[in-house]
Amino acid sequence: MSAAQLTLDQAPLEGVADVPVGDVSSAGKRRTRWPLGRILVRGLSLIAFVAFWQVAAQYRLHLGIVTFQNVPAPSEVVPALWNLLQSPKVLDHVLNSLYRVFGGFLGATLAGTILGLWIGRSRWAADLFLPPLEVLRPIPGVAWIPLAILMFPSSEMSMIFITFMGALFPILLNTIHGVGGIDPRLVSTARSLGASRTRLYLEVILPGALPSLVTGLSIGMGTSWFCLVTAEMIAGQYGIGYYTWESYNLQRYADIVVGMLLIGVFGMGSSVLVRKLGDLLTPWYQLKGGRDHE
Amino acid sequence: MSDTHTPNGHIVVRDAVIELGDKKDRFRAVDRISFDIKAGQFVCLLGPSGCGKSTLLGALAGHIPVTGGSLSLGGRAIEGPSSERGLVFQQHTLFPWKRVIDNVAFGLKMKGVAKAERQARALELLRLVGLAGFEHKYPIQLSGGMQQRVEIARVLINQPQVLLMDEPFAALDAQTRWVMQRLLLDVWAKIGTTVVFVTHDIDEALFLADRVLVMSQRPGRIREDIAIPAARPRGDAWVTSDDFIHLKRHCLELMRDEHRRNFAASLGNAGDFAGAFI
Repeated sequence: MSAAQLTLDQAPLEGVADVPVGDVSSAGKRRTRWPLGRILVRGLSLIAFVAFWQVAAQYRLHLGIVTFQNVPAPSEVVPALWNLLQSPKVLDHVLNSLYRVFGGFLGATLAGTILGLWIGRSRWAADLFLPPLEVLRPIPGVAWIPLAILMFPSSEMSMIFITFMGALFPILLNTIHGVGGIDPRLVSTARSLGASRTRLYLEVILPGALPSLVTGLSIGMGTSWFCLVTAEMIAGQYGIGYYTWESYNLQRYADIVVGMLLIGVFGMGSSVLVRKLGDLLTPWYQLKGGRDHE
Repeated sequence: MSDTHTPNGHIVVRDAVIELGDKKDRFRAVDRISFDIKAGQFVCLLGPSGCGKSTLLGALAGHIPVTGGSLSLGGRAIEGPSSERGLVFQQHTLFPWKRVIDNVAFGLKMKGVAKAERQARALELLRLVGLAGFEHKYPIQLSGGMQQRVEIARVLINQPQVLLMDEPFAALDAQTRWVMQRLLLDVWAKIGTTVVFVTHDIDEALFLADRVLVMSQRPGRIREDIAIPAARPRGDAWVTSDDFIHLKRHCLELMRDEHRRNFAASLGNAGDFAGAFI
C-alpha cells in the first residue's frame, strides 16, 4: 500500500502505469497539467507514425523481413471506415460482438467472484474446487475454440463460453488474492461486533476484496476481447472479429484495418467502462495517498 | 463516579492459566492469576512487554481460550467474543470501505436496527468522542487519534458491559495521547462501564485507573494490586502531586525488579554467575 502511495506521490507523470487501477483517474488529472511542449512531442509522434505508414504503404516498401506491399494506406482506410460507419451492417457487427463479450464477461464476473470469495475464505472449498481449476488455468481461452464448438450446439454459445473462459481466471485469481489480503483483525472485529457468517461476507469479505477484484475485472475485460476476436474469426457470423477476417478472405484489405480499429476502440472503451465502474465502487481506495490531519 | 455503572460489568478471574504456542514451543503466558474487578471500575494492567497482559485481555475478550481456571463477566463464564465486551487495539480496526458514521453504526446494523435510528445513535456517540462533523469521512482521511476515537465510539454503540483496551494510545504522539487519555476519562465518566486497560506506561496507568494491577514477567502473575485513591475528575494537579510521584517511584521499582529478573533469566542459559553481576 505504502509503495503505491509513494509512486502516486512521487512518480514522474508516466510512472503511474504500475499503480493499481484506481489511480488512473488522478493520472488523467495530471495529464491535463502537461506542458505544451510535451503535448506537442506526443502529437508529432503520432503524426510521424501515420505519415510513415502512409509512405510505406503508398510506395509498397520492402524492408527485408516485412513488406508493405499489400498493406492499405491510411488514405484508403479512412474512406473504408466512413463507408462502414454509414452502412447498416456496422451496428450488427458491433452489437453482436458486444453481446458476446459482455455475456461471457458478466458470467465470468459472477462465477469468478462467488467462487473466489468462497475459495478464499474456506480451506474446504479450496480443496474441493482448486485442483481442476489449476489444471484448466494455464490453458488459454483461445485454445478452447475447437472443443467449445464441439461442446455447444450453437456457435453463439461457444463464443460466449470462450470469452467467459478468457475472463474467468483473472477475475477468480484476483478475488482469491483480494480475500487473502484482508486484515484478519477486521474479520475478528466484525465478529465481535456481532456479524453473522453471511453478513461477514457482505460487509467485510466482499468490500475487502473489491480493489483486487476490480483489477481482475479490468484484466478480464482485456482477455475477453482478445478471446472473442479470435473466436469470431473461426466460428462467427457477424461481429467485429468476423468482419476483420472476412475482409481478409474477400481481399478488402482496407477493411481489415477498419476492423482492427473498431476492435481497439471498443476494447479500450470496455476497459475504461470497467475501470470507471470500479472506481465508483471503491471510493475509499481512491483516497489513498490523500490524508488530512487533526 | 462509578456508581452509575451497569450492574453486570463485574469481572471475576480465578486461577486463570493461559498457555500459548504449539506442542514444542508451548509456554505459559499467564500463570494462575486471580482477581476481581467491580462493575464500573477502571483498572489498568501494567507490566513490561511480554508479561502476558495482552494475552489476559484477549482471554477476557473471548479471543483466547484459558487453559485452566475461569473467567466470568456479570456471573456468566466468558466463552467467546461478544458485543457486550468491546475491544480496542493499539492499531485501529476500522473498516476502510465504510464512512465513519457507518463504522460506528456497524454493531447496530448487525443487530438489525433501522438505518435512521442507528445513524442517529452513531452521531450521538461521535459527538461524545468529539468527532461531530467527521461522520462522512473515510477512516483513511482521519489522523491516528481521530481513528481511535471512532474505534471507541464503534465499540460503545453496543453498550458493552466492559471496555477492554489493549494499549490503545501507544501508537499516538505524546500530545495526542494526552488528549485521548482525558477524553477517555470524560467518556467513561458519562457511561460508567467497567474498563480494563492494558499499558506499559506507568504515567498513563496512574493517571487513568482506580486500581493498577502490576504484572510480573512471564509467566504473568499479579505482582501487586495498587489502589489509586485520587479524586476525579483528575487533571494536571494529580499528575504533579506528591502522591502521584510516590506511586510512580514505587511502580518504577517494581518494573525495574521485573526487568532485572528477566535479564538474569535470559542470561541464565549462558552461565548462572552472570546474573550475580546485575
